[in-house]
Amino acid sequence: MLEIRDLTKAFGPLAVLRGIDLEVRPGRVTAVLGPNGAGKTTLIKCILGLTHPDGGTIHLGGEPVIGDAYRARIGYMPQIARFPGNLSAADLLAMLADLRGASADQTDDELIGLFELEPHLHKPLRTLSGGTRQKVNAVLAFRFRPALLILDEPTSGLDPVASGILKDRIIAERAAGRTVVLTSHVTSELEELTDDVVFLVEGRVAFSGPVEELLLRTGQSRLERAIAQVMRSYPVDSEAA
Amino acid sequence: MTSTVLSSVGSSSAAPATAPHTALKVARYEISNIIRSRWLLAYCAFFFLATDALLRFGGDGGRALLSLVSVVLFVVPLMALVFGTTYLYDAREFTELLLAQPVGRGRLFTGLFLGLAVPLSLALLLGIGLPFAWHGVGDNAQMVTLAVLGGCGVALTLSFVAIAFLVAVRTEDRVRALGTAVGIWLVLTLLYDGLVLVGIALLSHYPIERPVLALMVANPIDLARVLLLLRFDAGALQGYTGAVFTQFFGGAGAAIAAGILLLWVAVPSLLGLRAFRSKDF
Repeated sequence: MLEIRDLTKAFGPLAVLRGIDLEVRPGRVTAVLGPNGAGKTTLIKCILGLTHPDGGTIHLGGEPVIGDAYRARIGYMPQIARFPGNLSAADLLAMLADLRGASADQTDDELIGLFELEPHLHKPLRTLSGGTRQKVNAVLAFRFRPALLILDEPTSGLDPVASGILKDRIIAERAAGRTVVLTSHVTSELEELTDDVVFLVEGRVAFSGPVEELLLRTGQSRLERAIAQVMRSYPVDSEAA
Repeated sequence: MTSTVLSSVGSSSAAPATAPHTALKVARYEISNIIRSRWLLAYCAFFFLATDALLRFGGDGGRALLSLVSVVLFVVPLMALVFGTTYLYDAREFTELLLAQPVGRGRLFTGLFLGLAVPLSLALLLGIGLPFAWHGVGDNAQMVTLAVLGGCGVALTLSFVAIAFLVAVRTEDRVRALGTAVGIWLVLTLLYDGLVLVGIALLSHYPIERPVLALMVANPIDLARVLLLLRFDAGALQGYTGAVFTQFFGGAGAAIAAGILLLWVAVPSLLGLRAFRSKDF
């Protein structure tokens, strides 16, 4: 689904990605983990074309990531949802559909109903609560049935009910054969959703493979413990996975 | 899932994103966001009240226009710089979300630019135009002068929004960008004229009209001022230099000046676009 070879990126003297090799398998949920500053955000931004890598290649569905059209196959949910304050959620949904050239029968609005967003659709976005804006953010990522979903801390800012709905949706996407790449600090969420783990340390892949393999290799029975052990084995000052 | 399946999924919805009107789509939504903002209303109301007051208390239409020239040349560049910089920083996260869609950077940048520059220009034109429509414009010549003022105001809006975008795209820190923008305004509005005047005073015994002309052309605000003052025939009132200007800009010279003003829009826009294209978000 997603193949990354020898990806490098430096910001000035700071090498953030030092040759990333990884493969994201289709129809699975892959968690990108690592201490702060390990390069998770930069890696995701390279996949999205927000950041230009210095070297290496990215292939999506067997095709090199060039130009802009490939992003029609990606749904992105950023961690922070900040939208133009005077537009409504309905405006925003229309805007992205317009930009993607998606007609009404191509969109999936199930989450709007599940999140009970209908009463908020026509209010200015600045008047909505952070949690409600985050729901809008989630709707936008899933709405155009992308083959690859990139979710950056998807449940942050969501209440437990909404968080549950979103996790069910992620599981349903996987069942439908779609591919999900996510980052998260919530270990319970990771245990519930993750099939594969990519662990980054200082711009390199420290581990990449199925959760079972990570557990086996670390001799742990829980993902949280395994993550902690991988982190301890690298002398990096960090706060969380 | 095989790659062939994926490509067919992708191609079904990928095509329209590269269409040239994508920039206009972005602009449309940005404009509908901005025309509902309070600061734009305040900006429009400022010009409306200032123009109305000048027409009521500033003597005949000609004098009101002359005062209005000063107000427009003073306020428009500053506000375009401040609005332009803050707008791009406020829209930062949303810009990233839009960049994650199948939208080209050039089109997105153009859309964002038009999304701000069009409402600002309309607010200015409405603000100064409505009071004149209300009170009535003196004669045909004044009508033309008002049109030239509107044109210069729009050109300065486009130019300084472009400069603001260029600064904002190239500077990570919001406060520093805002400082740079205001600094550019201070230099072009106050410092520049001061230095030119000092130079003129020091070199008054030399034939410096041509260098002065070049210096005026190099500063878009001065350029607009010269264009407008020539409309009032006030250039001749400003001594020998003014006379040289009248001679130079008379007829085809005004067209040259207008062309240079357009360059002041085009060059910062293209530089900003280039910076936006290569930027790492």
